[in-house]
Amino acid sequence: MATPAETSAVRRAARAAAVLVAAGTVAVGLVALVHDLAEPRIEASRQAQHLAQLTAILGDVTYDNDPLSDIVSVHDPELLGSEEPLVAHRVRRGGEAVAVLVNAVAPDGYAGPIRLIVAVDAQGRLLGVRVVEHRETPGLGDLIDERRSDWIHGFDGRSLGDPPVARWQVRKDGGDFDQFTGATITPRVIVRAVRGVLEYVARHHDELFGAAPAPGGPGTP
Amino acid sequence: MDARAILREGLLDRNPGLVQLLGLCPLLAVSNSLANALGLGLATLGVLIVSNLVAALAGPYLPREVRLAVFVIVIAAAVTSVELAMAAWWPGLHDSLGIFLPLIITNCLVLARAESFASRQPLSSALLDGMAMGTGFLVALLLLGTVRELLGSGSLGVGLEMLLGPEFAGAGWQLFPQSNGLLLALLPPGAFVLLGLLLALGNWRAAARKHVAAEPAGVTDTAA
Repeated sequence: MATPAETSAVRRAARAAAVLVAAGTVAVGLVALVHDLAEPRIEASRQAQHLAQLTAILGDVTYDNDPLSDIVSVHDPELLGSEEPLVAHRVRRGGEAVAVLVNAVAPDGYAGPIRLIVAVDAQGRLLGVRVVEHRETPGLGDLIDERRSDWIHGFDGRSLGDPPVARWQVRKDGGDFDQFTGATITPRVIVRAVRGVLEYVARHHDELFGAAPAPGGPGTP
Repeated sequence: MDARAILREGLLDRNPGLVQLLGLCPLLAVSNSLANALGLGLATLGVLIVSNLVAALAGPYLPREVRLAVFVIVIAAAVTSVELAMAAWWPGLHDSLGIFLPLIITNCLVLARAESFASRQPLSSALLDGMAMGTGFLVALLLLGTVRELLGSGSLGVGLEMLLGPEFAGAGWQLFPQSNGLLLALLPPGAFVLLGLLLALGNWRAAARKHVAAEPAGVTDTAA
């Protein structure tokens, strides 16, 4: 037989446990409710944000497909900077591919990998480049961000032949692209990453600019 | 405690950011621009009000052993809800605040007010305290955010459209080019220095007031 003191201690513990369980249940229920309300909006705004980002990189190129669903997987650790397969979005007008938006990584940024999206047209010219994720130093390396400076627009209209491949460097290394005062590493790795994408697109041109499902297309070059 | 005292404590005498130095981590990390400061300040304010309300309502009925645990659960649920709502309706701001939004859970300010004040006070006082302390924290954030954005980026209010909606795109002023800004102000060490200066200012003001108040007080004492 338990003494009255023991019984009362057990009762207290049981009551405390019950309160805790009840609080947890109510809280989880509430969060689940908010989640169900918010989830469709979160997904929709994520898609809209992504599409707006892609459209902004394309500049004045118009299209009539949905680049978010018209995608190809690209994989080249050396040129695209990622061990993982990345996504490229095709942009079409009247069924014909006019541009691709290639996700790429500059793995050796000053403060870790820098993620970019590079838009290339069917002639291999750059339509635009944007840095989408980075941790570079504020005020120095972060000038690669379009919101911080227009440095990134220096790539607009360039291609593998313009400037010649040997001059796809920052000025300090004998190339044609500006570096920043106090920050050379960041622009250097971006220039290298963009050149890598251009080379990748040149090598895989038919595959990237092919017809929608591309059944039995011409073999790889 | 009457309403005036509660407001005074939260906003000035025991301002959570500038006097009690609670929640330093988000205070210093997120106050690099006015828009970020406003977003995090409002989110913290909302969470504080909800947690103080629940603490005042449920506090007296909770067994002492699990009261803190229940408050933590409540705060976690409130913060998660705010985070989800922000991701849905203010996605730009959500991305810009990043990890510091969910980290409101660990802001000791929220738990401290629920446990040490709201759970022992009537509902109205708890509500008012939540607003006063939350606003005090918001003011501290805005003060740091304004100074840091001005010094570091040479702008004020850039990015506010993340909070106010796309109609406000281009809001804010660029007073001088970002490249001329004081980089230190944007980095956490600069935030520390600025906070230190603000604290010094506050202490100086308090000391000056005490000095002035000392003499008349002495006179009344002798008279009585």
